[in-house]
Amino acid sequence: MIVAETLAPRLSEDIIESRAPAHIKVNELAIYYGKKLAVNGISLSLHRGKITALIGPSGCGKTSFLTTLNQLSKLNNQVTVTGEIHFDGENLTQNNVDLLSLRRRVGMIFQKPNPFPLSIFKNLDIPLKEHGFKNRAERIEKIENALKAVGLWDEVKDRLNTSALSLSGGQQQRLCIARALVLEPEVLLMDEPCSALDPISSGIVEELISSLRDKYTVVIVTHNLAQAKRISDYTAFFWTQNGAGKLIEFNNTRQLFSGPKDERTAAYISGIKG
Amino acid sequence: MGALSFVCAALLCLILGFLLYESWSLVADGRWLSFFSQTGWYPLEGLFGMTPMIFASLVLTFGSLVIALPVGLACAIFLEFYAKGWVKKSFQSLLNLLAGIPSVVLGLWGLTELVPLIGQIKAPGTSVLAGAVVLSLMILPTLALTSYAALTSVDRSILAGAQALGLTQKTQILAIAVPAARSGIMSGVLLASARALGETMVVLMVAGNVVQMPSSLFAPVRALTANIALEMAYALGGHRASLYVSGLLLTIIVWILAYLASYLFNKGRTVSHD
Ligand SMILES: Nc1ncnc2c1ncn2[C@@H]1O[C@H](COP(=O)(O)OP(=O)(O)OP(=O)(O)O)[C@@H](O)[C@H]1O
Ligand SMILES: [Mg+2]
Repeated sequence: MIVAETLAPRLSEDIIESRAPAHIKVNELAIYYGKKLAVNGISLSLHRGKITALIGPSGCGKTSFLTTLNQLSKLNNQVTVTGEIHFDGENLTQNNVDLLSLRRRVGMIFQKPNPFPLSIFKNLDIPLKEHGFKNRAERIEKIENALKAVGLWDEVKDRLNTSALSLSGGQQQRLCIARALVLEPEVLLMDEPCSALDPISSGIVEELISSLRDKYTVVIVTHNLAQAKRISDYTAFFWTQNGAGKLIEFNNTRQLFSGPKDERTAAYISGIKG
Repeated sequence: MGALSFVCAALLCLILGFLLYESWSLVADGRWLSFFSQTGWYPLEGLFGMTPMIFASLVLTFGSLVIALPVGLACAIFLEFYAKGWVKKSFQSLLNLLAGIPSVVLGLWGLTELVPLIGQIKAPGTSVLAGAVVLSLMILPTLALTSYAALTSVDRSILAGAQALGLTQKTQILAIAVPAARSGIMSGVLLASARALGETMVVLMVAGNVVQMPSSLFAPVRALTANIALEMAYALGGHRASLYVSGLLLTIIVWILAYLASYLFNKGRTVSHD
């Protein structure tokens, strides 16, 4: 009896794990800027339909890791990546990946909202056109759905042709999320999506991100530990060691915050370090 | 600085005052209105119909823009997105060299090379087409370099967002970067128009100097500027005053264009850095 009781919580968590299969599997990933090692030792699974938070002090390689997942790191030709990122049977660190279709399936939201300085409508229409949606009626329907999904539709439906720059910061960020969602991606990468927003907008965007659970696999970088705790299912803790970032601990969020295994994790989440 | 801008302002006022003084006899009694209503330019008989020359100036300016804008934009895109290292440097110096060629030399080239070529298609060769082509060479560097500056000042994070959506390089440039840089590009277009409109030597040498409505690309025409240069030496009385009025008109138009250009340029900067 006693044994069964102590086993119970662990069992239920194992069941959660098995229901959420790995969507992206990262194995011994290391990232270099030129010759300088920036991050290494990253092995983790990003679970389908779950929200994974990346936390850690500044400069520990969260952004660097995030941008290897959609290969945006290739923008910088100094960057080299070793190790494996398995996404649907394909290893993204190989050279023959079709970047355009990868980025359609893996959307990204940046820290600073970066809508195109064009109309609200065009912000969503251009990506759709690019990815082969020829029928205008179909595009309009998709745009409406995406704007509804981010709760922006009622605010902008009467001014779709005005500049996206006329929106507030929080609205711009939601527009950027809609712009990613309109392509119906599987994975969403978010690099501190709330940190440039005021508290109210930040709350709205956070709620929105929470609502994406189950439909999308979300990876979110955040400096806000409370936020990571609130919205994420899994948390990865990065730390700088010998001048290079390293994944120290990866676990489901509740366990990582309630019983960190590494003392650096413990110190960081209790606010002593970092 | 203060003294310098005072000197500049004083000089401008002096020029304006001089133009007004010389053209006053026609402006005061309203006879200058007949410039637009009378059909013929027979200044010795008191007929001052300038409409054909005004049209000729406008058509020449517009024609040179039609030729130079696509080419200039292509140069700017090449510089910003494709050219690297020494290719980029030498291409830029090439444009600067072109900008430095005295217009009389361009006119000479037009007269000896281009005009005979056009004359083989349709005599006499000196024509709207010849004028527009040579003018376009003259304004090309302005257009290319201002468009390049406008493209450079487009926020990089916007382009990173475009890449993250899987947009092709072509879409990034044509659908996003160029529209994002539109006010800077427009300011270049206005500057170039001001330059083309005010240019005298080139149109005097290659456009034919016949006072008539520009009825075709091959028609020889006389621009307002050329008219002043051609007739000032012997003009007297009302004739002389009418030339000053046309000079005044040109000056005001060019000033307005230049003002609009700087307004748009500053607007473009605040938008893209916001
Ligand atoms: N473009 C670059 N060139 C060279 N080194 C870089 C570049 N970008 C990042 N680095 C280095 O890589 C390491 C990780 O940087 P990264 O931006 O990924 O950290 P981060 O965890 O996202 O930090 P922050 O929380 O401040 O955003 C740092 O040491 C940084 O100096
Ligand atoms: Mg970062």
